[in-house]
Amino acid sequence: MFGYSMADIGNIMVMQGFSGLSMFTVLLLMALGLAIIFGQMGVINMAHGEFMTIGAYTTVMLSKVATTYGFVNYYFVFAIILAFILAFALGYFIEFIMIRHLYKRPLDTLLATWGLSLVMQQSFRSTFGAKEVSAELPEWMLGSFKPTPDIDIPINGVFVMVLALFVTAGVYMFMYRSRWGLRVRATVQNRVMAGAVGINTQKVDRVTFALGCGIAGIAGAAFTTIASTGPTTGTLYIVDSFMVVVFGGAASLMGTIASAFGIAQAQSILQFFMTSSMGKVSTLLVIVGILMMKPEGLFASKLRK
Amino acid sequence: MNASLSKLVGGKDGLVGLAVLAAIIFIVLPLGVDIFRLNLVGKYLTYAFVAVSLVLLWGNGGILSLGQGIFFGLGGYGMAMFMKLEASDPITTKIQTTPGIPDFMDWNQITSLPWFWEPFKSLPLTILIILTIPALFAYLIGFAMFKRRVGGVYFAIITQAIALILSILIVGQQGFTGGVNGITDLKTVWGWDTRNDSAKYILYYLNGFLLFGAILLSKYVLNSKFGMLLLAMRDKEERVRFSGYDVSNFKIFIFCLAAMISAVGGAMFTLQVGFMSPSFVGIVPSIEMVIFCAVGGRASLIGAVYGTLFVNFGKTFFSESYPELWLFIMGGLFIAVVMFFPDGLAGVWAKYSHKLNFFKKKSSLTTATAVIDSTKNETVKKTVNEIDVTNIEGVKA
Repeated sequence: MFGYSMADIGNIMVMQGFSGLSMFTVLLLMALGLAIIFGQMGVINMAHGEFMTIGAYTTVMLSKVATTYGFVNYYFVFAIILAFILAFALGYFIEFIMIRHLYKRPLDTLLATWGLSLVMQQSFRSTFGAKEVSAELPEWMLGSFKPTPDIDIPINGVFVMVLALFVTAGVYMFMYRSRWGLRVRATVQNRVMAGAVGINTQKVDRVTFALGCGIAGIAGAAFTTIASTGPTTGTLYIVDSFMVVVFGGAASLMGTIASAFGIAQAQSILQFFMTSSMGKVSTLLVIVGILMMKPEGLFASKLRK
Repeated sequence: MNASLSKLVGGKDGLVGLAVLAAIIFIVLPLGVDIFRLNLVGKYLTYAFVAVSLVLLWGNGGILSLGQGIFFGLGGYGMAMFMKLEASDPITTKIQTTPGIPDFMDWNQITSLPWFWEPFKSLPLTILIILTIPALFAYLIGFAMFKRRVGGVYFAIITQAIALILSILIVGQQGFTGGVNGITDLKTVWGWDTRNDSAKYILYYLNGFLLFGAILLSKYVLNSKFGMLLLAMRDKEERVRFSGYDVSNFKIFIFCLAAMISAVGGAMFTLQVGFMSPSFVGIVPSIEMVIFCAVGGRASLIGAVYGTLFVNFGKTFFSESYPELWLFIMGGLFIAVVMFFPDGLAGVWAKYSHKLNFFKKKSSLTTATAVIDSTKNETVKKTVNEIDVTNIEGVKA
């Protein structure tokens, strides 16, 4: 097949599969936030990619500070926390001034958040310049790990994956094991009823939106370990993350994970055998095709409509 | 004025609005600005086709397509492929390895014309393709989506994904499409040079007339019973469905019509600007065209034209003088229009003209019920007012 021996194919599969996994983690972190927001209020946040960029720039800036004061080896933990806090705070603010006025008009929210994303992009460009910047990675994150001579697995990829695992577990705990999660799920299922039993649905909305943005911030921090950050970084991932959310079936955590995995792997492996654009095109085409057959997504919760 | 004509232009107010727009496009602008600027206006007016199509689709149908660039692009590329073939006859391209094929194909080691370029050797076929293929494509998308009752945000996202696919495909398949540079160096249509000043005037006027044709066609559709159903579908889709109408077919029809209007705009774009590139196909142009429509007033056909001109003049002005500011303004415009002026310029006009007492009518963005109440169409009236089904949205929420 394609002039490679079976052993080569195996190695390619493992390595491309792994590079797919790095993409999977970024997509997953992006899509988790989007899915929470979408599931909660039926709104797709077009500025989600820019919240990720905030996280990425936070990490880059902190890494600069870290190199000056010499705590490069462990700044990353702070970067993740700071990225989350900044994106969360901005999300909270945006929900307060903008999104909450538009809940009854989901399509308009889409346009307004797109406007927001343009404003944020230009702010990044004015503040940090149009050039892409990258974070100073701590030494332990560089290099790679070789199980066999032909297979090369970068350590930063492993790190990002572990991070994504923790965040996913955290989101799961939050959504299904905490009082807040209970309120969020109640609001998703029946907003009016949830309000009637004393849940402050407005507050739930605000925290959920902010949380989604915060997770995008973490995605940004993770992103800096695998690529460099520019003002338009977020837009590169936004359509992919929409597709992950829609494909997985909104408001289904399992679906989001499965579809992020499927989309990232398909793109990564196809991109090796075809040109990178054709790999992307064929993946997207298949997703759109499947969505036309099954518009509710792969793992839609069974709801009577 | 007889009844059908009055229906076409939308009564006295509609006639005044059309006349003012016609005066601006056909008299004021050609006399007031030089040919370079007029060509620019012509380019903006081709976007107005898309804005008009979005008024049909989004303002009146409630279907937000974030992929109108697909159809604009298909129309534009159709015309560009014809003009490119005409520009690359065997004599002018004799230095190429394979004379007679477009230069970018030669650069990409393609030795014969791909099969899907063949029909573009003939102008009538090209025009036929521009009018049918985008509509057919819209039919396929619409059939797959609306028959399964996919709408709202899902539809927006999927059309956006399709726009992305198409633009990546065009950029990626450089040998067949000209890649990221697009199809350039377009000179003639049937030997007629489109680049000199007289041709530019002719094309500007042709574009204006076609735009008016599109507006009148849209007005006709919106003022017919179908237009009322469209409004009713926008406001209470389930009620229309329960009254026995096949909602999906109406949606498919309006989506196809919108695609066709956008494609004509695309073809006129290529004719006037002289090239076509993927930067008019993807996500960003598609969504920008939505803002043209929103600024003008999402339910107002004439407003859409003003909105397009207004935003594009702004864009040209700011990107010439303060390029840094433009994205802030554009973004702010999106937010402001959605949050504070959902009826756009048309809404502002309706408000102030009402105060000045020029016109007694209210904004054109009225609810379906109000429109239906004001008409004498008994069947539709019955549908919306008497059959009072339980509020579906309430149950869902």
